[in-house]
Amino acid sequence: MAITITKENFKEVVLKSDKPVLVDFWATWCRPCQMQGPIVDQLASEVKDLAVVAKLNVDDQQELAAEYKVMSIPTLVVFKNGKIVDHAVGVHSKEDLRKMLGV
Amino acid sequence: MIDTIIIGKGAAGITAAIYLKRYNKNVLVIGKDLGALEKTVKIENYYGFPTGIDGKELIQNGITQAKHLGIDVYDEEVVQIDNTLEYFLVTTPNHEYKAKTVLIATGKKRSPINVKGFKHLQGKGISFCVTCDGFFFRNKRLALVGYNDFMLHELSDMELLTKDITVFTEGNELTAPVKHKVVTDKIIEFVGDDVLTGVKTENGSYDFDGVFIALGTPSAADFALRVGAILDNNNLVVNASYQTNIEGLYAAGDAIGGTLQLTKASYDGMMAAMHIKNKLNDLKRLSK
Repeated sequence: MAITITKENFKEVVLKSDKPVLVDFWATWCRPCQMQGPIVDQLASEVKDLAVVAKLNVDDQQELAAEYKVMSIPTLVVFKNGKIVDHAVGVHSKEDLRKMLGV
Repeated sequence: MIDTIIIGKGAAGITAAIYLKRYNKNVLVIGKDLGALEKTVKIENYYGFPTGIDGKELIQNGITQAKHLGIDVYDEEVVQIDNTLEYFLVTTPNHEYKAKTVLIATGKKRSPINVKGFKHLQGKGISFCVTCDGFFFRNKRLALVGYNDFMLHELSDMELLTKDITVFTEGNELTAPVKHKVVTDKIIEFVGDDVLTGVKTENGSYDFDGVFIALGTPSAADFALRVGAILDNNNLVVNASYQTNIEGLYAAGDAIGGTLQLTKASYDGMMAAMHIKNKLNDLKRLSK
């Protein structure tokens, strides 16, 4: 399962990670997000220690969503060493996400 | 409930309908636009027409052929596909249809609005689905680009979010009046560095927080966005059975990319029909 991001753990899990991090910005009411969710969870169980796979609920974490200027969901953002290196909007396959993470 | 609703009445859609009918499935074709063939003057590389055939004539022939076989072909604009656990709901301005499976064969829309800033600001203020992204734009200044049923459908969702709406028709005539500001000149630029701040048209400049695009006939990509089907470069991604990542949702023809040719579109239609038939038979077995 993907890790749930909150403003309390964001710094630790995402910004300070020494592995690439994928964050899936999503919401429960968002139909495409409901298709993306299981793909992200499956990715999480496959990549194991190679990368961090996380989800951020934009309803619960509006400050973070605003800070990262998320205006369309699902938005998938890859962080490396605390910096954004890639981002994509819309549902993406596991293979695409792996490519983005480089694992 | 209908076995299969086919959206699009071009070569892929009609071929699929003919095969499904032969498999004794209950099928409905819905489409408004005649697609790429409508504008093709003469087709000279298709089997069986020694002096070529006019694109529009060929597509009309296909529709007539389907109707002769007893297939319903409705001239309506599909504005939304929704999936529940039990069925797909296909919405047109005046009707809703329920189906066990849906085949998207709407062709490939050549992006009509590819101006400066369009690519770069997608997801950063430019959006394609009000129910998906409207949440981020409550009480904001919004623009909606479009002029027909598709735009009106999006507009009714947008009116729940904000009062500040401007409709941009891109030089087209509105098919029904709206109670908002209307701009008819064409957009020449989407303005903004990391997020959208406005649009420029041939004759003016406007500030906005968001722009939603619902121009012309909804494309395969527009449907995909709303249900969460995976796209690659605006093509629907399908597996070897022509099924998208959504169970029961299929796609064929130009909508899935590859060689944009008639022969390939018909082949896709036939293959998709075969796999849909298998799926319908499986569903039947399960329900027994």
